[in-house]
Amino acid sequence: MRKGLLNCVAALACAAPLALPAEAMTIYVSNEKGNSISIVDGDSLEVTATVEVGNRPRGIALGKDHRFLYICASDDDHIQVMDTESLEIVGTLPSGPDPELLVISPDGKRLYAANEDDNLVTVIDLETGKKLAEIPVGVEPEGMGVSPDGKTIVNTSETTNMAHFIDADTFEIKGNVLVDQRPRIAEFTADGKEVWVSAEIGGTVSVIDADSFEIKKKISFSVPGLQPEALQPVGVRVLSDRSRAFVALGPANRVAVIDAQSYEVLDYVLVGQRVWQLALSPDEKQLFTSNGVSNDITLIDVEREKARKSIPVGSYPWGIAIKP
Amino acid sequence: MLKRLLATAGLILAALAGVPAAAAPALELPIVFLTRAEEPPLPLSFVDPVVEDPGVWGARLAIKDNQTTGGFLGHNYELVEVTVPAGGDVAAAFAEQVAAGSRLFIADLPRDDLLALAQHPDAAQTLIFNSRVGDDDLRRTTCFPQVFHTALSRAMRADALVQFLVWKKWTELFLLAGSTEGDRAFAEAIRRAATKFGAEIVAEDSYAYSPIARRTDSGHIQVQSQMPLATQAADDDYDVMIAIDEGEIFGEYLPFNSYAPRPVAGTHGLVPMSWHRVQEQWGSTQIQRRFTEVAGRWMEERDYAAWLGVRALGEAVTRTNSAEVATLRAYLRGPDFALGGFKGVGLTFRPWNQQMRQPVLLVNKRILVSVSPQPGFLHQRTPLDSLGFDEPETDCALQ
Repeated sequence: MRKGLLNCVAALACAAPLALPAEAMTIYVSNEKGNSISIVDGDSLEVTATVEVGNRPRGIALGKDHRFLYICASDDDHIQVMDTESLEIVGTLPSGPDPELLVISPDGKRLYAANEDDNLVTVIDLETGKKLAEIPVGVEPEGMGVSPDGKTIVNTSETTNMAHFIDADTFEIKGNVLVDQRPRIAEFTADGKEVWVSAEIGGTVSVIDADSFEIKKKISFSVPGLQPEALQPVGVRVLSDRSRAFVALGPANRVAVIDAQSYEVLDYVLVGQRVWQLALSPDEKQLFTSNGVSNDITLIDVEREKARKSIPVGSYPWGIAIKP
Repeated sequence: MLKRLLATAGLILAALAGVPAAAAPALELPIVFLTRAEEPPLPLSFVDPVVEDPGVWGARLAIKDNQTTGGFLGHNYELVEVTVPAGGDVAAAFAEQVAAGSRLFIADLPRDDLLALAQHPDAAQTLIFNSRVGDDDLRRTTCFPQVFHTALSRAMRADALVQFLVWKKWTELFLLAGSTEGDRAFAEAIRRAATKFGAEIVAEDSYAYSPIARRTDSGHIQVQSQMPLATQAADDDYDVMIAIDEGEIFGEYLPFNSYAPRPVAGTHGLVPMSWHRVQEQWGSTQIQRRFTEVAGRWMEERDYAAWLGVRALGEAVTRTNSAEVATLRAYLRGPDFALGGFKGVGLTFRPWNQQMRQPVLLVNKRILVSVSPQPGFLHQRTPLDSLGFDEPETDCALQ
């Protein structure tokens, strides 16, 4: 769904070329152990503020107009809403216990959160702040994705090892795709044709055909000198034109660069320790990675496929969101 | 004979039916949790809970997990709980379940009972998961093709602990062991680990005092005077005292009561464990919460090992779409099998002795101190094989 959101942004930028300065953006990073959000200025690449939030903040996402940042406060069992202007927590949303990841529908009206304790996907109406539905899925639902047209939700369940394709109107499961152990992230491509699902323990990324629910390709990783079990794919981002995809490899401390047409792994970019989540700048020229163990984020130059700079943030950075 | 013929016929039928697997009928998968009624052991510390029913809740939770997955695939799991009475015949109970059609067993049983199952003529048609016995000979000399171990071996525990002590450069060890058979076996595993990783047992003693009741008025006065006497064998010329007391007789009394001011590790103090409530890493929050919700208590090691056994079977059935013992066994032993066990890496089975590879937690029962394998202990296959008996070190070569 983040992809869908980026599409809107890209569309806006296209409508008014060069109207937006390329780097006038703000990067939000949740610090899992620090119970805070670090706010990084996209020009200076420095932390400009640190906001205390709820306990164990993990998944974060911006609403459609970028006014509010939604934060999974995992140990507080709810989602916090932060005003991105005043940097104050202005409300909470019900999520069920231990929310970890959330996505917002492309029209900005709904929030989908995985509720790991109860094997449910929770659907929240962002206008009323009320729960619209709870959808039973596999054991330990985790990753959430929404198709660019908003019609399909994909959830991954970590213990059942499936990607569940859910109809966003009827809330019924349309298909279940068995993937490798501990699937973490489900990411739609911008054309809505593929869903990329990372399996942390299985060490693979499954590229699933969004219509037939068939696995088109299972991507494996290999880095000389690293034990295979250190290669744990988590965060996934695919460029809108599907030229490249990036996969964070956890304790391998690297981000894999993949040709998103041939699915060939082209390179591994060394970033920080236990690289977890990824976020692209609106112009898709920069990729930011959260590095949990080294307490920093790394900026990767997307064109050159090289790490440019690491920026210290709070304790155990986890989620990243970028406001244009 | 007739039974075997029938079983063979069943195999062939299933193999034929398995060819057009797309429209396969639902699979029925009863998994038997087999245990024996016992008095729960009393821990010395009143903080440690007395666990009335260790093991079974792990199997119950895992069956629920399997059922959720199976619901999407047409695989019907059922947990059959069998408790053999204190003097009962475990082999008969096993044979009865096999006759009733069950093939998959979780053995939450002591050593002799596990052997009774493993050596039973019916065992050949089954898979048995040892979720309790840590005896090293069952991984080194006496291996059974139908038996998989999800419980840690003593060697894995000892290796995990000694690796950590070597990483700390606390390499001079004073080994103080009790006198039960288990204590002697664990002490031997510690000696082996010390040799393997370059630590040194600088002194050894055995604790020979008889057990005392855990409740006595003014009991601490005797403990405070007895423990320094019992721990003088190494004077203060060592780094860490390794206390081995599987029977909960004296180990808990050692920290802060030793003759020399040294940390205690082993069965008490810093303890190598497969699972403990303090573990919250790698997504464990979910399983800890789910477990506490259904069981009303913490998840213990025997629960975790039973959970691993039932989940390993579920994973093998999910991936092979089969209920056949031979198919499941081949998959479990093969390179494609990996189970997420909330320890940060996929858990697999060593094909030579069918021991589950797993990271070992080092806990002081208040907090997670570390997890082994430790950094720098490398292995050509996987660092997990630095814990326990590696292929060249065993006589077992299961095929």
